[in-house]
Amino acid sequence: MSYILSITTLACINMIAVLGLAIFTGFTGLFSFGHAAFMGIGAYVSAILTYYYDVPFFLALACGVAASSAASLIIGVPTLRARLRSDYFAIAILGFGEALRVILENLSITNGARGLPGIAPYTTLPVVLLCLGLCVIVARNFLRSRYGAACIAVREDPVAAEMSGIHLFRTRLLSLALSAAYCGLSGGLLAHYLSFIQPVMFTLVQSTQILAAVIAGGLGSISGPLVASFLFVALPEALRVAQMWRLVAYGLILVLIMLFRPQGLLGHQEISRLFKRPAGEGH
Amino acid sequence: MFLQTLFTGLSVGGIYALMAVGYSLIFSILNFSNFAHGSVIMLGAYMGLGLASKFGLKLGFVVAGAMAGGGLLAVLNERLAYRKLRHRNAPSLYLMISAMGCSVFLENMVYVTIGSRFYAFPEFFTRRVVTFLGSSVSVMDLFALAFSLLAIGALGLFLARSRTGIAIRAGVCDMTMCSLMGVDTDRLVALVFLLAGALGGLAGTFMGVRYLVYPTMGWITNKAYIAAVIGGLGSLLGAIVGGVILGVVETFISAYVSSILRDVFSFTILIALLVCMPNGLFGKSMEERV
Repeated sequence: MSYILSITTLACINMIAVLGLAIFTGFTGLFSFGHAAFMGIGAYVSAILTYYYDVPFFLALACGVAASSAASLIIGVPTLRARLRSDYFAIAILGFGEALRVILENLSITNGARGLPGIAPYTTLPVVLLCLGLCVIVARNFLRSRYGAACIAVREDPVAAEMSGIHLFRTRLLSLALSAAYCGLSGGLLAHYLSFIQPVMFTLVQSTQILAAVIAGGLGSISGPLVASFLFVALPEALRVAQMWRLVAYGLILVLIMLFRPQGLLGHQEISRLFKRPAGEGH
Repeated sequence: MFLQTLFTGLSVGGIYALMAVGYSLIFSILNFSNFAHGSVIMLGAYMGLGLASKFGLKLGFVVAGAMAGGGLLAVLNERLAYRKLRHRNAPSLYLMISAMGCSVFLENMVYVTIGSRFYAFPEFFTRRVVTFLGSSVSVMDLFALAFSLLAIGALGLFLARSRTGIAIRAGVCDMTMCSLMGVDTDRLVALVFLLAGALGGLAGTFMGVRYLVYPTMGWITNKAYIAAVIGGLGSLLGAIVGGVILGVVETFISAYVSSILRDVFSFTILIALLVCMPNGLFGKSMEERV
């Protein structure tokens, strides 16, 4: 039972990060190979606060979220303002993530590449479920708000969106900051669940896993990526597949989805839509 | 100390250049960053290693085998992972994601099948060094640098003079027009991947000889990608200049400042260049094809 509980907890923590990237990639239309870096910032900031300074757990989590949002501005402001080609932007974020890893591996407060052991295990399943629920509600409301509509407009056609008065830079930056906040929360929960973090955990591999879940679940859907991410964590656990084979599969999934179904499994739909036909007005 | 650092930097830069040319070549014709190139390089190193340690071949055969293997692998990669996207006129970002998928797939395939052990090449030149102006240079480094420049030079000559080379350069200008003129673009793209893969196999072998062979050695190719960005993606000359500049500057930073700052510096340069000068030193300005 505790085994199933721990898989569920890990899957839900992962889902929060995937939800963040879904807002950024699925609804705003920008790809990122570096969102694990924001998880890393959230994890390290909150873990350092509870570990060295005995800050209360939720305050530490909030600080982690704020820090990763702030960090997203550091990389987001110059790159989004310069309106990089979308692939250059993905590479710039990748570079940011790699640079961050090198820094984390060489600071003394992070205990370098050896990682930070013995973080208090505050994260429990109810806490994670509460966070996940809040995140889903916030994401839904955000996407239904003016800001969310602006994001979707930017995804569909940046030029047309700008012509109708949407500020491209601000909209994209807001979306990036929000998605970084989600990843930061996910990282903070992860750190206090595993009670051990290491810079290696937040590299390209993790970014690829999040991105694969978002792409496989469907660009422009919230429930699709959530289901995909749950399957990505739960299925290999249930089938007892070795970590390496999972990564082989993630790589393969990225290629196959791009080749055969670039809109993802669900496309622009939500799961609830599948049971409710005929479909109502578009979102 | 200064000269020694300079020589080391140049020989590292030579290998960077060799890898960067592969990125640039593919970028120039398909307008996307082929991140699977790093895995081709890594697998090229493994092929070279296999030929050298299992069959005990001489350096010449090892290099030739790794080049052939790398080239075939790159062609296969294009055939399976990119061709369909290309025919559908998919955005270049989709190609890049597919490439990223290939890279993750291949790298972990090696982990699963061969394992994460570090392998060393057998010694080809028994650690011989020559002394030049009071600083020592290893013969293997000299050989690698010379052979790299030779290979890139041959490629440049091929692109400039041969009939196929002209077709490739025409494809770089305008793929659609080129195919209307009767060039088989699928074959053209396959050829470009063959060339890039062959250079990748060569680079992988040299890198394996210089350092070691292991699954994540493709990570170093991120540096080569940075070199290609410095020189301007899509420019052959840019790849060489960018590789040498990055190799030398990095070596100087790790010698005189700190080796930790070296990597942070490289990635900062990458981001700064993408933001301020996305066309690099020699690149043409390229709009995103939507």
